[in-house]
Amino acid sequence: MSSTLKFSLVSPESELFSGEVIHVDVPGTEGDMGIHPMHAPLMAAIRTGIINVHLSDENVKFFVQGGFADVTTGELIILAEKACLIDDIDREEIKNDIEFARESLVSLEGEAALSMQQNLDGLQEVLAN
Amino acid sequence: MASLKDLQNRIKSVKNTQKITKAMQMVAAAKLRKAQEAAEKSRPYSERIDSVIKNLASSMMNVGDTPELLKGNGKTDIFLLVVATADRGLCGGFNTNIVRKANQEILDLEKQGKTVKLFLIGKKGYDQLKRAHANKIVHNVSLKEERKIHSGISQKIGSQITEMFENNEFDICKLIYSEFENVMTQNAISKTIIPASVDLDASSPSPVSDTKLDGSIYSYEPDEVGILRVLLPRNINTQIFTALLENQAGEMGSKMTAMDNATRNAGDMIDKLTLTFNRTRQAQITSELIEIISGAEAL
Repeated sequence: MSSTLKFSLVSPESELFSGEVIHVDVPGTEGDMGIHPMHAPLMAAIRTGIINVHLSDENVKFFVQGGFADVTTGELIILAEKACLIDDIDREEIKNDIEFARESLVSLEGEAALSMQQNLDGLQEVLAN
Repeated sequence: MASLKDLQNRIKSVKNTQKITKAMQMVAAAKLRKAQEAAEKSRPYSERIDSVIKNLASSMMNVGDTPELLKGNGKTDIFLLVVATADRGLCGGFNTNIVRKANQEILDLEKQGKTVKLFLIGKKGYDQLKRAHANKIVHNVSLKEERKIHSGISQKIGSQITEMFENNEFDICKLIYSEFENVMTQNAISKTIIPASVDLDASSPSPVSDTKLDGSIYSYEPDEVGILRVLLPRNINTQIFTALLENQAGEMGSKMTAMDNATRNAGDMIDKLTLTFNRTRQAQITSELIEIISGAEAL
């Protein structure tokens, strides 16, 4: 049994991370998940939030906005719509996104409103940290 | 024969042109490197999303409620051609090749009695296609203001296309762009993006082999349909994004070659003109000498 997990984080613009990790905390749309080695195959949508990557001696945090987590045996691939290192986030841009989310919430309903609310919560959480 | 002054002016102007083409070539070379890098960086994402969709699609085949973006809406009457070209000219046959491919597709489809609509990205394609097909153009997007191709652009275009599909404005969507092979070769290709062309042949190896999954079954969160509903529009965005990046690399490659040729031609022209200039000058000196000598002889 292997004690590490192969993890890669890709966004349309680039591959942000690739390597062996201990485990990864992923914000799923249905709730947060911790993906460890030997996880069962899983395909999950993710929401706006923070991915916490646990390496053997340190943690790396990424900020993601929407995407998918694809788990196959011993491997986790996250396809993020938008992603960056937590230190590289652009606060102004997030404020704009929050503004946009608030405005569009008014006209949305049902599932779309739910996912937009999730997006808004995630954005606010990131800004608060 | 042209006077010496005329020739001098001519040489000067060709030299200026050569300087411009030389500069453009170098700018294109620098941009090409960046464009190629961007195209390479986007590759893992599009490959992954492709394999994920293949996975999902194969497991969806026995479920009835497949989204229309994946299996199509059952009709093949109205075709939407998304033609991506560059916004600038002076890049050899780059734009012309894409437009030619589009024209050929339009002709083929019309011969089969289909209705064709055009969604144009880039100014040059619009300029060339509006002459013959102005009534077919439904949208025209110019990327001239964008300094860099980013995923936001393709997202906007992608959601526009998805919305049109949901409003039943077309049945099948094809993307026409130029595939970047290398600096010398770019191939205009057309690719069906709606319905998502999934190659489900038994011969093609499954992207995630059974050994990798250990025979276990994927679990989905939320369910398959929920994921596909989000994933398919994103796949369209990604395809457009890739197309735009490939196009950009192709445009720069093509421009570099074209400008390289132009610089060389200008060099040839300068050589030729300089030769004529020297000959004329010498002929003038000779005739002046003859005049002086024959004048002295007459004394």
